[in-house]
Amino acid sequence: MSLLKNREALLALAILVLLGLVTTRFAGFVAPSNLALVFNDTAPLMILAIGQMIVILTKCIDLSVAANLALTGMVSALLNGMGVPLVIILPAAILLGAALGAVNGLLVWKVGIPSIVVTLGTMTIFRGIIFLITNGKWVNAHEMTEGFKALPRAMLLGLPVMSWIAIAVILLATLALGRTALGRAFYAVGGNPHAAVYTGIDVGRTQAAAFVISGALAGLTGYLWVARYAVAYVDIAGGFELDVVAACVIGGVSIAGGAGSVAGAVLGAIFLGVIKNALPVVNISPFWQMAISGSAIILAVAFNAVQSRPKGRIILKSAEAR
Amino acid sequence: MQPVLSLRGISKSFPGVKALSGVQLDLYPGQVTALVGENGAGKSTIVKVLTGIYQPDEGTISVNGAETRFPTAEAAAAAGVTAIHQETVLFDELSVAENIWLGHAPRSRFGLIDWKAMREGARKLLTSIGADLDPDLKLRDLGIASKHLVAIARALSIDARVVIMDEPTASLSHKEIHELYELVDKLKSQGKAILFISHKFDEIFRIADRYTVFRDGAFVGEGRVSEVTESDLVRLMVGRSVDQIFPARAHNIGDEVLTVAGYNHPTEFADIGFTLRQGEILGFYGLVGAGRSEVMQALFGMTRPSKGAMRLDGQVRVVRSADEAIAAGIVYVPEDRGRQGAVKGLPIFQNVTLPSLPATSRNGFLRLAEEFRLTRHYTQRLDLRAAALDQDVGLLSGGNQQKVVIAKWLATKPRVIILDEPTKGIDIGSKAAVHEFMAELAAEGLAVIMVSSEIPEVLGMSDRVIVMREGRIVAEYSGDAMTPENLVRAAAGLETAA
Repeated sequence: MSLLKNREALLALAILVLLGLVTTRFAGFVAPSNLALVFNDTAPLMILAIGQMIVILTKCIDLSVAANLALTGMVSALLNGMGVPLVIILPAAILLGAALGAVNGLLVWKVGIPSIVVTLGTMTIFRGIIFLITNGKWVNAHEMTEGFKALPRAMLLGLPVMSWIAIAVILLATLALGRTALGRAFYAVGGNPHAAVYTGIDVGRTQAAAFVISGALAGLTGYLWVARYAVAYVDIAGGFELDVVAACVIGGVSIAGGAGSVAGAVLGAIFLGVIKNALPVVNISPFWQMAISGSAIILAVAFNAVQSRPKGRIILKSAEAR
Repeated sequence: MQPVLSLRGISKSFPGVKALSGVQLDLYPGQVTALVGENGAGKSTIVKVLTGIYQPDEGTISVNGAETRFPTAEAAAAAGVTAIHQETVLFDELSVAENIWLGHAPRSRFGLIDWKAMREGARKLLTSIGADLDPDLKLRDLGIASKHLVAIARALSIDARVVIMDEPTASLSHKEIHELYELVDKLKSQGKAILFISHKFDEIFRIADRYTVFRDGAFVGEGRVSEVTESDLVRLMVGRSVDQIFPARAHNIGDEVLTVAGYNHPTEFADIGFTLRQGEILGFYGLVGAGRSEVMQALFGMTRPSKGAMRLDGQVRVVRSADEAIAAGIVYVPEDRGRQGAVKGLPIFQNVTLPSLPATSRNGFLRLAEEFRLTRHYTQRLDLRAAALDQDVGLLSGGNQQKVVIAKWLATKPRVIILDEPTKGIDIGSKAAVHEFMAELAAEGLAVIMVSSEIPEVLGMSDRVIVMREGRIVAEYSGDAMTPENLVRAAAGLETAA
């Protein structure tokens, strides 16, 4: 546990160093108002990374989050066009996202297909469905009501609602993972699925639950995304699923399952968010941004590998392994 | 005749365990030597010494009279020692020819692999052992018996002089076993020295020329098979000095708790029926693969028996999953602690409360204080040595991990506890603690089933012993009939003294 805390502290430190470096070139970046902007800009990534982290905890992966977001976002925009009120659109988006996640979950649980294959398939299918229901047409800003677009940007106690929603998700997820039986089951299933079975935990059902949560959060983000950018089309958030996975990996979530924390996933997302927002203002080309994010991923994984290498008592371990 | 391979005074220790102490073993060309001993006698360890996987702490290895060392597996192979394991270590996705030649494939002039020579060589080797296999077949398309043939052909391809067969017939059908015997005869006629490890007396007397017996890591005897009887071998295997102290037991045996009748499974077991009483320790003895664990997993709801009924406290219970079993009061502490027991990476307290989460929650939220209380209660009873209860289980020693697993199950307040090989691979001190605790559990009125392959443990701890062989219950002993000879004979399928 203390080890995990350590690496989160290390990541926080890395973010501070990064901010410090940026400040030497552009002091305005660390102004509180600008940091709030960066946080708000990173909110969708944080929400999705939390969902993804739960899925990865159970030894699975959800590549369909961005496509899920695009589909639920489009459906939200269409519902808005039909005059459905926002109080119905928001829950509907979350439910639709959860249902799409359940499709992934059931295929993993009941059919036993590896999650990477399932979600690679559904990721394409979800985008295909958007094309089918829109014929490839865009829903533009002037076709959306003001209320629909305003919610994520509405200010509350100095922060936009979108930021507050991200904060709420962070708190709820921390509570659910730390203080509920299901949250504990996610860790157990990823940490040792064989042992989990013997303690009466249904591994498949737990994995399916993780996909439903990830889907619901993608649905929520779908509305936020479309409302904030005031546009919906087939390709929104294209390739964003990789940023989400990257945030998790940088945040110390073990791809082998069983290890990870909400704080880690959030810090991983913030790290990527700072890079994305800071590098343009200090005149570093977007290609360097990609190289830096990529290096961060490899560094994080290398750090994980070194940390988790068994220390001492190796003779006994190998003798026990027979 | 000079032995081709000779071991003298070989000792090997692991922390807390002396696996071999001063053993000797001679293997002669053109002869089959059977290595006989109970589980834990040191047979696997000696195989690992012979194949260069373990380095002995003391002792000498001589090949054709010249002293040598096997610092690596490659060195052992170069000296002509090869092992065919119970689960053959071959590559499923490669062809038969590639499996035979992997690592020493014939090369063409340009240093590339000479596929033609490889196929022809493979065909020649396979023919020499009477196997009609296509060298281009993928290994995964072959049955176990054919895989054995490939392994043997591979052994011949490196010009092995010593062939070690570790329970080669354990997973073979009757017909395949006969083919294997013929093959062993063929290898003998080619002058190979064969070390044959087996628990089955009929095959030892069928194919072995010589025997060597180990007991508790020590050499106890050797000789010609033609000069001994089965009873002599059994006596050598089990005759022991009492070196383990088992806790005194209060035998307060109460009412029947569990009754199992007519349990059947299509492949694993048949006709399983027994009763278990309050305060009783019921031992299940048998060879590895006799179906004991499979029966226990069925009781625990992990596998479904096709037929049969279970009564718990007189009530018919149907257990369809592990959580139903736990709710009914049956818990199963599995054998493979690493794979099935502790969740490494999770702290001790979260491991302990994992099956008891509903009991420690209120309104759907876990109560940490309650979790710690439960964990402290049971880990203290088990004398767990840990720095803190939120320490990662993976950092504990094997014995302490086992205690965490047992604490986890006790916390569910079970009626029946099934312990599968509870002391396998743990040091003597932890063993004694587990035994003492088992006695305490029974004294408190729990019904205990202990699956164990260690005869002293079975005899020292059980009130009654059920012996299983090939998926069936073949004998039940209690009182004075619980003797090592009876157990070994019943498990090996020999006639038992009335």
